[in-house]
Formats: sequence, structure tokens, C-alpha cells
Amino acid sequence: MSTTLPLGRVGERVKRVDGIPKTNGEFAYSSDLFAAGMLWGHTLRSPHSHARIVEIDLADALTSPGVHAVLTHEDVPGQKRYGLEFPDQPVLALDRVRYFGEPVALIAAEHPEQARRAAERIRVAYEPLEPLVDPERALEQEPLHDERWTHGHGYRDDPRPNVVRHLVIRHGDPDAEGAVSVSGVYELGIQDQAFLGPESGLAVPDGEGGVDIYVATQWLHVDRDQVAPCLGLPPERVRIHLAGVGGAFGGREDLSMQIHSALLALHTERPVKMVYNREESFVGHVHRHPARIWAEHRADADGRLVSVRMRILLDGGAYASSSTAVTSNAASFACGPYAVANALIESTCVYSNNPPCGAMRGFGAVQTCFASEAQMDKLADALGLDPVELRLRNALAPGDVLPTGQRIDGSLPVAEVIRRAAALPVPELEPLPREAIRLPGGAGNTTRGEGVRRGVGFAVGFKNIAYSEGFDDYCAARVRLREDGSAEVHCAAAEVGQGVTNVILQVARTELATDDVVLAPHTTASVDSSGSASASRMTWMAAGAVQLACRAALEERERTGGEVDVERIYRHVRTSPLDPETGQTTGERSHVAFACAAMRVVAEVDVELGLTRVVWIGTAQDVGAAVNPQAVEGQIEGGTAQGLGLALMEEIQTQGGLITNASFTDYLIPTALDMPPVESVLIEDPEPSAPYGVKGVGEPPTVVSTAAVVAALRDATGRELTRVPVRPDDIVGL
Amino acid sequence: MKIELTVNGEQREADVWEGESLLFALREKLGLPGSKNACEQGECGSCSVLLDGTLVCACLVLAAQADGHDVVTVEGLGATGEPHPVQEAFVEAGAVQCGFCTPGLVVATVDLLAHSPQPSEDEIREALSGNLCRCTGYAKIFDAVRLAAQ
Repeated sequence: MSTTLPLGRVGERVKRVDGIPKTNGEFAYSSDLFAAGMLWGHTLRSPHSHARIVEIDLADALTSPGVHAVLTHEDVPGQKRYGLEFPDQPVLALDRVRYFGEPVALIAAEHPEQARRAAERIRVAYEPLEPLVDPERALEQEPLHDERWTHGHGYRDDPRPNVVRHLVIRHGDPDAEGAVSVSGVYELGIQDQAFLGPESGLAVPDGEGGVDIYVATQWLHVDRDQVAPCLGLPPERVRIHLAGVGGAFGGREDLSMQIHSALLALHTERPVKMVYNREESFVGHVHRHPARIWAEHRADADGRLVSVRMRILLDGGAYASSSTAVTSNAASFACGPYAVANALIESTCVYSNNPPCGAMRGFGAVQTCFASEAQMDKLADALGLDPVELRLRNALAPGDVLPTGQRIDGSLPVAEVIRRAAALPVPELEPLPREAIRLPGGAGNTTRGEGVRRGVGFAVGFKNIAYSEGFDDYCAARVRLREDGSAEVHCAAAEVGQGVTNVILQVARTELATDDVVLAPHTTASVDSSGSASASRMTWMAAGAVQLACRAALEERERTGGEVDVERIYRHVRTSPLDPETGQTTGERSHVAFACAAMRVVAEVDVELGLTRVVWIGTAQDVGAAVNPQAVEGQIEGGTAQGLGLALMEEIQTQGGLITNASFTDYLIPTALDMPPVESVLIEDPEPSAPYGVKGVGEPPTVVSTAAVVAALRDATGRELTRVPVRPDDIVGL
Repeated sequence: MKIELTVNGEQREADVWEGESLLFALREKLGLPGSKNACEQGECGSCSVLLDGTLVCACLVLAAQADGHDVVTVEGLGATGEPHPVQEAFVEAGAVQCGFCTPGLVVATVDLLAHSPQPSEDEIREALSGNLCRCTGYAKIFDAVRLAAQ
């Protein structure tokens, strides 16, 4: 399927090119695919969070009706393990399972129900082991992995068991004394991406031993590079094609059913479709790291930060995924967007038998923003200063130095976003009594509002754009310019709902000065890697690559005439690793660029019932330059909703590592009744090193909104509220 | 078992297993994957269809229960090249991101506007509170409903 160009160039409000097909059912998501003769794949998963596998008996399953294949680790022809950054995760459990829901065996059958029933007839003899579920005890317990997967990669090779990464950032003199000091301990539960389109896809054998996989993912090429070695195939015999993606938010960075469906397809020589249901989806992808954070902030009498000390403990769960980078990000943004001369930040991520954690929108910065902004409010209170004024006095600006030693040399309008968000007028208190739908808890509120209290909160957050710490982060684009002036663009950038398809077409249309541009299917077969649709990087990187390729194509045509076909690779400025001992950048920079946001929230709580209602949110966000303002607003509104969810309701609950709420009945995400109006101001301060001055916009709203919503609840209740999600019990009985 | 039903105005037949939902039959047996499979337990509204004119979650209706009944799915709302006004409003307002919730929201909005052509803000929120969206934060969906109501 090719897409035709919408009207519009860079900077214009443009309708989504995939809009109508998504409203009428035509758009093919990964769960909608069909191939003649296809079988249905199913995964048998571990019911234990930690157990040894003694024996697997497949006999009954193999003779079950409609079954064409039952596979275990013995049927994995290539590498037995894979991983986004470290190959520590078995394709199918070897002799031990380390988390609830770990894949153990695969079934292909003619009907999905036949596959499920056959799975029930696989007899796995487990010897349950004591699960490691308290991250604070992980450092003293038996190692969960025999090998030190994350050692030897330039991080501090921590000798303690179960450490995924331990990073210490030491800057200036952390012992420096201030006039005031505040401290606190903060905790965040496990959040799920809860994208609506469950993991799914179709693997089709090519008849020559290779395979085509149609899947919803965030990064086609890194999927291929993990899948091919496990299948024992060279990369070119595994082609990954982007199927319609029903949301991602980090949860599709790691593989889910890619290798499994391909194994079944190659084994049966039939196309195999796999679709997780919601319960399976909750165990089928990584989550946001739960965290415990100890913080101490010192300031002088004028409210200038003197020193920040923070200890961050992240629970990575059973496998490494992207935990090493999350550990670093949490530390990098621990001080918030404030200038701090002295800091000691210790960030540790451990393995456990809890659900595996990895990338989710905000990537480490969400956790520390929650702690750091609570600390800033405490500091304002201790100093008798207005919280907004305190933040302004400490706001980072270009030229300032971060605790990692990196000088900010691009755009970072922290004071501007603070001023603009603080200037947004707050709606007036709605009189009582009122319609129940407008009370905390909505229709569930049976009072006349006697217990309603209102609060106003404020928070600021920032985060890096693109990959950091020396990662070779690039994006390719290919442009075929025909003699008639029409063009075809190839770019593997994953359209996950954020609208990068429009970005690519807007850039090509602008650069080539023609309407006649189509975007070819996103695939590993026709273009080099785009890198991941994550880290708020895809708009910047795709715009850079398409711009380069378009300009090269025009030059080439100038020179040779006729049809030209060129591919170009775009790279952002190089970054350097952090020193493993000091946490200081070993070059000019460890991060490429930054984006910030400030948010003001009005919330009401019912202190008799423990219910909440967010009334209004106003935000100012640093967006660089908006390629498509409508899409930018959409990112801000949606990103805000996810942060509100973490503040008020979203938490994966576990007992002994077993997830107890793997459904939308028990894991709640914000509904149309939970979301207030969001007023957003776009601050356009172009990033000098980016094409058109763009910045990524997806993550800052999620980083800041959890902190801002809880600040409003604190204002309403006068309570510390140090843990999210805030529960009714935390609010009742004032 | 064989079922016969009217889908988007057409008489259709399907051979279904007794345990199959209407959603599965629509998606996998009748070639209509527009209704989505996001939770399959009636919590998210992504599979919303009209069954004899009533808004239902197709995942909670057995295919066998739809035998002899009339079903309208998202595919049946507009015509080729001529989207339904609610579909156009969703695109115009920027209410579509990943789009997985969109078919269900479009059907729910069509149902809302059929009963209440000029819904209030509270009415819109309440009517759509059974449809989860993870991308948009709902603001532009409310814009779309207001736009479609004009």
C-alpha cells in the first residue's frame, strides 16, 4: 500500500494521510492480516515467576485436533537468546523461567481455540523457586542469571549480584551546605503502555527457507537483527514489514511474537498469525520501571539550589531490555531543569522476578521528575517562596552545565515555559451542588460535594531527545525522483500513531517543491534503518534523512538528468559515554538535545470518599518548531493523559511476581470522564542543530504531568503523597 | 454451526464455532476487520457495532446470538469515496492517532448523535466513556463530536 500526499508543507496544520482509512476500517493493523492457508500461533507461558523446568511433555498436545506444530527451545535453530541490547532472554524458556508469563512453548493450529486447547495439554513439570521480588534485597540474593550480561560494555562493572547497571554522577561538592534542606522518599508503581492494539503479526515463509514478517513494531531493522540470528538465517533472508501499529509508547521496542511466529511459519511451511489477547499483552511486553527514590535538596536563603543528592532504585524485572539506558536517563534528569553546582546521584537498576521493564514514554525521566518536583515544592514551602518563583530562580538556560558536565549549547527555554504556563488563567471554582458527573469520582459520588477540596499544582520537566551516551543513532531515507517530477520516498520510520508519515511527506513536499510524492511501504527490504520511533527522536531524524535524500536527489538529477534514486543517512551530533566512575561526560556531550515543559493543574479531591477529579490542565511546551501543530497538540494531550493515569490510577499489581490485574477491568487507564480540558501553548524556540529547528514532542508532557497532577492533590489535601498512583486511602479522612 | 445475518445491509452467512464471538466472526469469517480486538471483554469499546440499532460490544455477543439479526459495523457507515460525516470530522479535528480505538469511537459517536443531535459537553463525555483511547487524551475526539454535530 502506498500513501498519497496530503496538502501541506513543514509547519502547516495537516490532516493525517492515514486518517480516513483509520476511521472506516480499511487501515490494516497487524491483527487484521490474513493469508491463504494460514495457521494460528499461540504461546504457552509460565504460571510461575521463578521456577526450574524439570520436564516438558508434548505428546498430548501434538495429537490435539487441528495442531500442526508444538515447539520448545529445542526447536530454535539459531541463537537461543535475544535482547534489545543484551541477549539475556531465551526465545523459549531453557531450563528456568524468571517471570510470570515467560514463553515456554509454541503451538500452531488451524483455529486459535484449537491452539489454546492444545497449549493446555502440554505438561510442564516446574520446580518452583523462591521469587526475588524486593529490589532492595536483590543485591544480596542469589543471581538470577549465570552470566553478567551487562558487564564489559563500558558501564561500571558492579560486582554485586543482580545489578543491571549502577551509575554514580558526582558533580562539584555534594556535601556543600545550604541555608535550608528538605528530604523525602518517593515511590512509583509499575505502569503499562496499554496501547490498544495488542501484539500481533503474520509470518509468511518465502518457500526458500526465508521469511517475511508483518508486524507492529517501533524499529524494523533492530527487530530483524534480533530475529535472524535466532532463526539461524542471514539478515537478508528475514524481511520485516511494518503492519498497522495500534499504539506503542515504548512497549514495542522489544520483540514479542516476531521470532515465535517465524519459527512456527518456517516449521509448518504455512503462514502463521499470532494475536495476543489483553491478558497476554500485559505479560507480553516490558513496562515502565517501578522506582524508589531518596532525595535531599539544599538551597541558599534566596532559594538557589546548592546541592542535590538522590538515590534511585529501579526494578528492571527478569531481563535487561533497555534498563541500562533507563538507569542513565533517570540519573541524568534527576535534578530537573535546574542549574545545580553540586550533585551526587546514584542510580541502580536490578534484576528481579517481577515483570520485565524497559522503555515507556518518558524513559526514566518520569520517575525522577516526580521526586524532584515534589522536592522543589517542599523547598519553596521551607523558604516561604512561591513555587513558580523558586523554579524561575533555578531555571536552566543555554550555557549552563548539567550535573554530567555537559554544557547546554542548543535550545532550552525553561524560564519561558515556566512563565507561559504560570500565566495561563485557572478556571473558577464551579459552585456546589452540581451534577455528579462534575464531582470527584463522577457518578460514583453520592454526596452533595461537602468533602470537596480544590488544589492547584505546578511542575516542570525536561528530557533528552534521541539516543545518548555514544549510541550510533542514524536514520536512512531513499528518494526516487522520476523524469515526470514525481517522487517516491522510502523510509523505515515506524508510524506508531504519532504521525511520522505526515512528517516525511511534508518534508519531501517542501524540499522537492511538488505535491506528487508517495511514501513506499515501511520495510527492511528497500531501505536502511531509520532507528527507533522512540526517545522523541523520529520526527527529527526522519526529517533530517528525508531532507538530505531529497536535496541529494535534486543535485543528482541536475548532474545526470533522467530518473535518479538516492539513499542518504542522517546522523545527529555525536555523543560520548559517561565516565563509569564519575558519571561525567567523556566528550562534549552525552545527550544530543533537550526539550522541556511546564504544567499547571487544577484538581479537586473528595476527602470523605478518597475520590479525585482533575478539573483543568494548562501547559507550555518547548517544541522547537512544530512540523504539524495539530499533531503536536495531539501528542501533548495524549502524553498528558498517560502521566495523569500514572498519578491517579495506573499500576500493574503483583503478588510474588504474579500479575494480578492483567485486564482493562482491573488496570485502569483514563477515560473520557477522567481527562480534563488541556490548554497547550507551543513555545517555538528552534533547535539549532535540528532540521527546520524541530524537537521531539512526545515525551515531555508525560514526564511533567504525573508530577503536576500530584502537586495539585498535595495542595488540595496538605498531604505529602509520596507514592503514585495516589490511592483513595491516601486522601480520605483529613 | 451456520448463521445467517444482515451485515451492513447485505445478507451474509458464516460457519462459526459455537464459542466464537460476533467480533471474531466479523473479523475472521466475514472479512470485516474494522471492528477492533483491543480487550475482548467489553471494557474498551473498540469493537462497538450496532446490533438491531443498539450500540453493543461485538466481543460480548456470541456470533450465534446474531443469527437472524441486523449488524452495522464501521465499514457500513460511509460509502466508498464518501466517508460518513462523523468519519470526516474525526480526521478534520485530529482525533485520529494510532487509530485503533477510532472505529469504535466513530460507531459510538454515530449512535450518540442519532439520539442527541446537539449533545452537551457532559453528555459527550458520558456517552464516550466506554471507549478507551490511549493516544489522544480525548480532547480532539470531543472536538470531532462537536464538529460532526454542526
